Formats: sequence, C-alpha cells, structure tokens
Amino acid sequence: MAGTDSTTHDADGRGLPTAAVDIAWNVRNGVISAVDVIERHLGEIERREGEVHAFNLVLGDQARARAAEIDTGVAAGDDMGPLAGVPVALKDNMCTRGIPTTCSSKILDGWTPPYDATVVSRLHDAGAVVIGKTNLDEFAMGSSTENSAFGATRNPHDTSRVPGGSSGGSAAAVAAGFAPLSLGSDTGGSIRQPAALCGVVGVKPTYGAVSRLGLVAFASSLDQIGPFANDVADAALLLEAISGHDPGDSTSIAGGPLHVGNELDWGVTGLRVGRITDLPAGASADVVARLEESFDALRDAGAEIVDVEVPAFTYGLSAYYLIAPAEASSNLARYDGVRFGLRVEAPDTNAMYAATRTAGFGAEVKRRIMLGTYALSAGYYDAYYGRALKVRRRIAADFAAAYERADVLLTPASPTVAFHLGDKTSDPMSMYLCDTYTIPSNLTGDPGMSVPFGTGDDGLPVGIQVLAPALQEGVMFRTAAELERRAPR
Amino acid sequence: MSQGTDSQTATSRTGTSRAGASVDGWTFEGYEMVVGLEVHVELATATKLFSGSPNRFGDEPNTNIDPVTLGLPGALPVLNRRAVELAMKLGLALNCTVRRSTFARKNYFYPDMPKAYQISQYDEPICVDGWLDLPGGIRVGIERAHLEEDTGKSTHLGGSGGRIHGSDYSLIDFNRAGVPLVEIVSRPDIRTPDQARAYVAELRSILVAVGASDAKMEEGSMRVDANVSVRRPGAEFGTRCEIKNLNSVRSVGRAIEYEAQRQVGMLDAGEAIRQETRHWDENDGRTHTLRSKEDADDYRYFQEPDLVVVDPDPAWIERVRASLPVLPAVRRDRLAEATGQPSDAEAVLVVTDRGQDDYVLAVAAAGGDAGRALVHVKEAFAEQGARPSVPAGDLAALTTMEGNGALTATQAKQVLAELVAAGGGDPEAIAAAKGFEAMDTGELERMVDDAIAAQPDAWAKFCGGEGKAMGALVGAVMKASKGQADGKAVTRLLESRRTAG
Repeated sequence: MAGTDSTTHDADGRGLPTAAVDIAWNVRNGVISAVDVIERHLGEIERREGEVHAFNLVLGDQARARAAEIDTGVAAGDDMGPLAGVPVALKDNMCTRGIPTTCSSKILDGWTPPYDATVVSRLHDAGAVVIGKTNLDEFAMGSSTENSAFGATRNPHDTSRVPGGSSGGSAAAVAAGFAPLSLGSDTGGSIRQPAALCGVVGVKPTYGAVSRLGLVAFASSLDQIGPFANDVADAALLLEAISGHDPGDSTSIAGGPLHVGNELDWGVTGLRVGRITDLPAGASADVVARLEESFDALRDAGAEIVDVEVPAFTYGLSAYYLIAPAEASSNLARYDGVRFGLRVEAPDTNAMYAATRTAGFGAEVKRRIMLGTYALSAGYYDAYYGRALKVRRRIAADFAAAYERADVLLTPASPTVAFHLGDKTSDPMSMYLCDTYTIPSNLTGDPGMSVPFGTGDDGLPVGIQVLAPALQEGVMFRTAAELERRAPR
Repeated sequence: MSQGTDSQTATSRTGTSRAGASVDGWTFEGYEMVVGLEVHVELATATKLFSGSPNRFGDEPNTNIDPVTLGLPGALPVLNRRAVELAMKLGLALNCTVRRSTFARKNYFYPDMPKAYQISQYDEPICVDGWLDLPGGIRVGIERAHLEEDTGKSTHLGGSGGRIHGSDYSLIDFNRAGVPLVEIVSRPDIRTPDQARAYVAELRSILVAVGASDAKMEEGSMRVDANVSVRRPGAEFGTRCEIKNLNSVRSVGRAIEYEAQRQVGMLDAGEAIRQETRHWDENDGRTHTLRSKEDADDYRYFQEPDLVVVDPDPAWIERVRASLPVLPAVRRDRLAEATGQPSDAEAVLVVTDRGQDDYVLAVAAAGGDAGRALVHVKEAFAEQGARPSVPAGDLAALTTMEGNGALTATQAKQVLAELVAAGGGDPEAIAAAKGFEAMDTGELERMVDDAIAAQPDAWAKFCGGEGKAMGALVGAVMKASKGQADGKAVTRLLESRRTAG
C-alpha cells in the first residue's frame, strides 16, 4: 500500500477503489458492493496480518454481515450514509457492544462492554463497517505498540521496526491496506507519531471536538479520538463523521460536526505558516531536512513563513509526564477485580486488589500509576501536579501568542523515522522523547495532524506535523492538503 | 406525604421540644462541648447525579445501574441539572451564597466505590457561608453545602459477620451508587445535645419544605456525622473526634453527650485526646475507635477532568430563590403570632412540621379561635396531611361554640371526632344530635348542691382538705348530667361553695 498515490483514487486490479471517499460514493450509489469491499480487505488481512499483527481481533463475520446489510439498504433505495461500506478499524480502547475491548491489557480479560462508544455509533450511522479492533500499547501508554499484552505490532514498511504508538495497530492497519480508515486515540501524540512512522495521515482534533464517551480513559483532560487515513481527504471524511457535540460527554464542544473537507483545495496563498525558532532539539538530520523542505513547499505555494517563539514548548514533556500519569492513576483505579475483568483471588480484599493489579497490568502501566500517585500525594501535590498545571497554562499562553502571528505552525511529528523493535524498551525516557513535538497540543487542547512528507533514513516515511489553534481544523487540513500535493516523491 | 412520615416527624419533634433547644450551656465538670455537624442528605431527584438510572430507594438490588454507576471503562459522568438546582435551593434556604463550583475526585479503594474515586465538590463548593436559626433562638453557622455522589451498599455475611473484616463474603448493591448527596457542614457553633437535636430536626424540616430531600434518617436518606471536642469555656478549641453512624435524632444527642463526657474523663485523667474517627454503637451507648488520624487515607484530590465548571448565572439563582416556599421558621412565627403561643411551643412545632399551619390560619380567617384550633389540629389531625379533610369553616364554627360556652371541652372533642370521621359537617347540628345543649348555670348549681346533699361524708372530707374526696362529688354531677357537665365548671363551683363555707 505504501507508495500508492491514493489522491488519484486508482482502482485496484479487481476494479475496486482504494480511497474511502471513492468506496463510500460507489457503495452509496450502488456502483460497487460493500461485501466485495470487505472481502478485498479481509483478503489483505489474511495475506499480511501474520507478520504485521495490527489487530487484537478481526471481526470477519460481523463485517460481512454488516456489509450485506449496507448492500441490501442501498438496493432498497436507502441512503446508507457518507461512509457507506467503508471498512474502519478501531483502536481496541473504544467500547464496542458485545465485542471484547481489551486495551491490550490482561486486566480486562473476559470483559465485554454492554455499550458502544459514541464514535462507534456514529460510524454505524454513517454506514461504516467495523472490521476489527487494533492493537495498542497497554491503555495507550507507549510510543511503539510494544507494551501490549498480546505482542507487538510491526511497521508494514519494515517489519523489523515499530509502527509507533500507542495507536500503532490502527496506523499499521491503514498503512498495510487492511482498512482505508481507522480510529486512534491521542493523549500525547498517540495518533500523530504512529501516523508519521507508518506513512499515513493522522489527526488529533481539538479537545472536545470528538466525544470521548466509550473511549477507555488514559488521561481524561488530554485524550482525544481521531482518524487515520491514507490521505488528507479521507481523514477529513472520517473526522466529519465522528465529530460534533455529544451530550454524553460533558467536555464535548457545543455545535455540529467539523467541516473540513470543502477547504482542501483552497491552497495556502497568504497563509502565515509559523516556524518555531526555539523548538526543542532532538530531531534527526533526515527529519530536519524534510521539515525545511516543507516550509519551502508552502512558501512556493504562496504562504508566508514567519518565525515565532514558543518558549514553554520545551517544558511540555515534563508537565505531561506528571499530568497524564496523575489522571491515569485515578482512571485506572477502577480495575480492582471487584466488578469486571481479571480477578486474582486472595485472602482479603486489599490482597485481592494487589494480586489482581500486579498480575493484570504491565510494567509501563504500573510505572505510570506509581508516578501519578506520587505526584498527587499530600506534601508533593504542589511541587509536582500543581506545578505541572501552571506549566500547562504557560504553554497555552505561549501558543496563543504564537497564533497571533501565525495561522498554523509546522514541526516534525516524530523526531525520527521508525526505529527497531526493542531499541527503546529498556529506556523509558528515550521512549517518552518520541512525543516531544506532539505533547504540547494535548496540553493546550489545540488540534494537530501528521501528514506524510517524503522519506528519511532507510527510505522510511517522515511525517510533518501541522498545528493550529482550537477549532481551526479547516486551515490545518488546507495546509496538510497542500503539503500532500507537494510532498517529495 | 405518608402517615409514617408524619408520625416520624411528630416523634422527632416531640423528642426535640421535650429536651428544648435550651440557651443554657451544657457543662460537665467545668467543660463545655463544641460540636459541628456534617449532614449528608440524598436529593429527591428522579435520576442519579451523573447518569440516567433511577434514584429510588428499596428496589431489587442492582437494578438501578448503568455503565456510569458501575464505573465501567469508557463511561463518563453528566451532571444532573435538577440536583444542582436542589442544592442551590437548600443552600439559599440556609442563607448561603451560591457560587461558581467545581468537582474533584476523592481517590480511595473500597469495594462499593465503583470507580475507586468519589466525585465530590472539594475546594470550590456550590454553597458557602450561611446559617440556620434554631427554634430556641440559637444561630448555627453553615460553612458549606456541596454536591457529591453516594457509594453502593455493602452487606458482609458469614464468619463473624457484620463488618468487612472477619466475614466470609460480601454482597454489594450498587442501586445507591451515584445517588446525589449534599453534604451540609455546620460551623462548630453547637454547645449542647439539645441544640444538636434541634439543628438536625430544623434542617430536616427545611429540606422537606423546599423539596430537596425526603430526609428520612431511618432509610438513610439523611445521615449525620458529629465533630465533638470539649474545652474550658473561653479556651481554645480542643482536639476533636468525628462520630459516625448516627441514625436518628435521638442518637445524635446521646452520642455527642457520651463522647463529650468521655473526652472530659480523659482530660481529667491527664490524658490527651487523639484526633480520630469513632463509631457510635446504639446498643451499648458508647463510641468506639474506627481509625486514628495517622491511619487516614490520602485522598489525592484533583479536579475532575470529565466535568466542567458549574457557574450558575445570577438569573438562574434568582429564579431558584423565587421558587423557595415560606420556610418553617417563618411559618412557625406566623402561627405563633396568630395563636398567641411561643414559636417554639410544641404544638407550633408539630403542626408546622405537618404542614398544617396554613390550615390553622385558615380556621382563624374563617372567624375561628386560632388558639383552640391549634390544639385541636395537633391532637386530632395527626393522621391528616397538610390539607385536612375537615373544612376550615367547620372547625372555626366548633371553636366559636366552645368559646361562647355552647360546648364544653369534652363535648367539643366528641364533636371534633365526628367532624374528622365524616370529613366535615355542621358542628351545631352534630352537637344537637348528640343532645349537647348548653347547660344553664342554674341547672349546674342545682346538680352540685344535690351532690353535696347526697354525699355529706365526701363533702366533709373535701372541706377538711382531702382533695381526693372531690372526685366522688364531681362524678355524681357528671352522672346526673349524663356527661354533659363541664368538669372544670363543676370544680370551680365546688371550690366556691367550700370557700363560702
């Protein structure tokens, strides 16, 4: 799939389109069969899933049945929706009624949600076909999808390398052609970093633009669901389908769905594109080179490149690794063996909690629970969690100032191209640094997306991150679409 | 309102007024008690604080549940607007300021706490700085009233049973989990057990009056914790202990009295009071250590990221304020003024608690005697609600007949019983049917003289100062009058005859 120029929407050998917008149009209008589309993707999964391991669960039968339902609906003259017949893979931390949702953790062993996440309901209403639940770093904690109770996911471009994380399964599923679209969740870069490493588009929308209801929480004030796609137009299609107010999520923004698709061809003439002069160092030379070329490309397209400073950018990582674990320590306390999931029996209740959590959680999850518990403890709160909240406000103020001068900002999405499995597993700090460039927009709540822009070392994909102010997804997508058109081939 | 509730009210009120919310301080061996109360009340909403599950007491276990109640992965809380409004309502009734507020997570593990954290208002409660005036005239400050969710209910079975430690297994009912609570925290302004009881009773009346809660202590919809310390009058506050498990107005008084005496005993023995949480045991009448301050959990409070700030705008606050009913204290004052009773008289308290004060005023407005109506309503209308079946005009007519001597008190009671049984009627007709005719004074005097003549021995003893002898004389008159004579009038006549000698 990689290298396919999906913007031209070429049909494959069996005459089926590959881009989501084309699949949806053709299925919706009865030109092609949703069942054929699903069979084609299940075939791809059959062919390559063994080496990629993008999925925790492939929903072959359910997907076939749903596709048949779509075809029947179309035949009966019903409008089956803007995603009619489009296979979508879901990160396995989104609740699916009657279908196990594991968060790639042993602690949820045996649990099946009795309800659908709002995004799942919206996908259904839009006519999409859920094809499977994808692998992730346990509870979305990690940047390589190696912290999974069910084994690592591998990068379809080079299976000795990681796909990034934590939404590595969803990124790999799209990159490998298992599904044209997938959903991930992004708490500190968990959509944008794997998108960059897998050479696909990944979007973290404005906090509150997509409902979190039914997303198993990692860090509630940072978590946001967003799309993966092979191109910007497909990502826009999926974002429009899942966004918009949900009364079931109190932090959901009022108003209807985001409209980004109709701006994709507007270009960037006159747009002010910010270069962050005090961006934290750490990106490798190949990635830095692509970033410079991306500024050149946008300048050529008529944008104005402006220098801006975001002094607090560099403190984002530190603040994040107090705030996110603090919230996680509370969010993950409910996995206590009392009501659902794993229970390891022990003589008394406290011993049962300890035995269950010791057996059920992996090392990285335990590390973050301990970090977060410590940061919130009496006597330490002010020095750690309280201080981190102040830094968070400072970062937001710095970005707000930068957006006075620039409409969008460009940074690398990941400091490097995909690294090898095992490279960073023994050094958590080196893993955390993968999210240096993506974390600030989770702290501010602003949107960000990664768009493929050429290749780096070993011919592996590089992603450029486009950042924009809250609810300015339109201009962010416009910029990403221009970069996509001008990407090195 | 059910009859059960009415009788419960009457009982608690009677208990309160018998004790009297005395202004005199409680002292024990030269110490005074300093008490602050934390009262949890379940709000009378249709659904839970953060989900659409019914808020209903007494249903089959684990039927009023949903993903939010159980803390299932991915579930999110959505704040119940009605609960906020009821919290505002009771806060305004307690003279509080309604302010911008936030929710926090209080983190601790317990099996009936589904998320392993309780969502509770912490450093920014919705209601602050109010007060409650007790019927006796004492003002108790209200520090805050904040919203939070209730926990589930554990039942520990087998083994030594009853408590989690030592039982074989536990069952959890999550119906109560997520039920909206308001915790009302008083300032440490209470100085006697009577004041504590009066505070709880008055708070309960207000909660019921504004419709915030049914406030049934016996069903756990109102629960009281007491912070108790002792000191020499005028000295600094002493170290306090928190008493849990106070399930009735009576146990509130008993527990704080016991606890204050226990603390005085320790101080007199030269021991220091340890700050701790203690459990009131209704059976042995003592408090027992639950946990000391050193064992206290670190709740790791932080702002709840799944909820947004609650900042009621002034217009909303004013709408809620305008919807407040007339509060019990004002109603008692009104009733007291109309009936010539003190506003903490038992009849005033009881009748107002039953919501029958307006009825008494209606009787007065219909030309009746408010004082007599108050007594009749208190005595004969316990089974009736706020709108007694007897038309106010009928009771007014009855009190008028009583007032102008057409009926004796005994007769009036009998006529009233008929009115209550029949849901009203013409008192004059009932009296006539019963043959109650105003006895003229001459006739009564003749009967008295006949009784004296018939029982010279009794008369002699009565004149000699044996009060008991009067009974036989009065009895004879009552017999002669077929029960129609007014006992008091007979007594007066006998005494005037004796004086006349």
